[in-house]
Amino acid sequence: MSCFDLDNVSYRYDKNPVLRGIDLTLEPGEILGLFGHNGAGKTTCIKLILGLMTPNQGSVSVLGGHAGDPQVTQHIGYLPENVMFYPQLTGREILNHFARLKGASLQQVPKLLEQVGLGDEMDARTKTYSKGMRQRLGLAQALLGKPKLLMLDEPTVGLDPVATADLYRLLRKLREGGTGIVLCSHVLPGVEPYIDRAAILTDGALKAAGDLAALRRQANMPVTLSLDPANSISALEDVIDRASSSSGLIIKSDSGRLRVDVQPRDKMALLHALMASGEVADVSIHQPSLEDIYVHFIGSGGLAHRGGSQ
Amino acid sequence: MNSIWTIARKELSDSLRNRWLMAISLVFATLALGIAWFGAAASGQVGYASTPATIASLASLGIFLIPLIALLLAYDAIVGEEEGGTLLLLLTYPLSRSQLLLGKFLGHGLTLALATVIGFGVAGVAIAVLVENVAIASLAAAMLRFIGSTVLLGWGFIALAYVISVRVSEKPIAAGLALAIWFFFVLIFDLMLLGTLVASEGQFSAELLPWLLMLNPTDIYRLLNIVAFGDTAQLSGVLSLGADLPIGAAGLWIGLVLWFAIPLAGALLLFRNRRI
Repeated sequence: MSCFDLDNVSYRYDKNPVLRGIDLTLEPGEILGLFGHNGAGKTTCIKLILGLMTPNQGSVSVLGGHAGDPQVTQHIGYLPENVMFYPQLTGREILNHFARLKGASLQQVPKLLEQVGLGDEMDARTKTYSKGMRQRLGLAQALLGKPKLLMLDEPTVGLDPVATADLYRLLRKLREGGTGIVLCSHVLPGVEPYIDRAAILTDGALKAAGDLAALRRQANMPVTLSLDPANSISALEDVIDRASSSSGLIIKSDSGRLRVDVQPRDKMALLHALMASGEVADVSIHQPSLEDIYVHFIGSGGLAHRGGSQ
Repeated sequence: MNSIWTIARKELSDSLRNRWLMAISLVFATLALGIAWFGAAASGQVGYASTPATIASLASLGIFLIPLIALLLAYDAIVGEEEGGTLLLLLTYPLSRSQLLLGKFLGHGLTLALATVIGFGVAGVAIAVLVENVAIASLAAAMLRFIGSTVLLGWGFIALAYVISVRVSEKPIAAGLALAIWFFFVLIFDLMLLGTLVASEGQFSAELLPWLLMLNPTDIYRLLNIVAFGDTAQLSGVLSLGADLPIGAAGLWIGLVLWFAIPLAGALLLFRNRRI
């Protein structure tokens, strides 16, 4: 049973298409990163899965049932972007209220508050909470009742580095327990080590989806080699010129080192030639990062997109 | 049902926490006792005049106070959650929109009912104990009728406040519209009716005119509490039209019930069709 399955889903808001033909699934025990510029349709995707809206076209099935059914939403944890709470209530009172709504046991409330690091502040009114504390209370709220599907929108906003690391450790533990997790974030380097798959949305369409290796193949972006010459830069350049018959390499001198962008399919051949020549003292290989891939798929018009609103 | 009660329970504990329940009860008790003892002061004497006169005065003041309190209690029910950022989160829980609104209604309705029963109940008991020679049976019947109709009137305005609260997206607008509703039913409506009466110079259908009073819950409420004593002389202004209403007390009760049931149903419908 998939955590969710979007099948050819389209959604229009006042006749403006917000989502166009989205196919996306999440299996249990998987962490999916959902990325896109502002207004790309991430939040709409999440709202469709939560059953807050119904698609104009296509089908949404969640945890083997209909999106929005009480038996389904009971097993979903959700942390909205910029989560807010009743300022006059304490953290514990708020979590008790939401636990009752979810039909979850109240005994887990103090434990969850300890777990997110609010053990000492749970009986303070939330109007005294900092942004980071509100965020942690929001996390505890999302974890009520051991969700099978967890959706977190910008979960690390306002968290210090230690709390962020704690969060990712917690997510890994949940993932091992079989929870399917969706992470929406703009902090791409932060989430890169933790996600199993990434989905990139632009203008309501799914540009790319898959694990990082698949996305790299799909993007076909050059790999960058940093080379320290054993003897001289010019000797090294000669080796590269001879090795690269047709691949069109870009070579830049860089304070006594060489940076070479090589197409993925030519990478091994070039490396073999370099190793055989004995002209290389050291080499490091930079795969395109999630951020590079993201920028590749969003396109150079990305900045204009990012000015959008939602 | 469970989730309705969870929402209601939070509203109730909120109104205990922010002292609303206590404040409204105190206002009602003070008002009732003040009117009971000083209501006849205009005619030069201090002391309990009579049960019908006291109830009539209470009802006349009630129409100003009860709608205002109910609207203030309920106007931000939904729009407040939305501005506070909790509405979206609530709706991701196993909780339908109808359950959320009904839970709010139960919570606000119970708050108002409790305050009414406590406030006016205490006043009724005080009158029964302190005033000599008061007919306990008729006082009890009048107080029960008064408390019952006050609760229904309050619920009506809570439901009207919800109609606003599910429609608008900003709290100040909801507050303004709530005040406008109060202004309309409490002050404008009777003036308009009077104006229609005078302007039509008797041309208006005499059978239809009294029914127009049913369009205003505060008029139904006053009629209910005054007509019950069979003393239509207490009816002043446009209310004297009510003497010609052919429906009796039961019809007036039904009128008050409809006045909370229909706006509540309307609010539920509007909320269900609203985009989040």
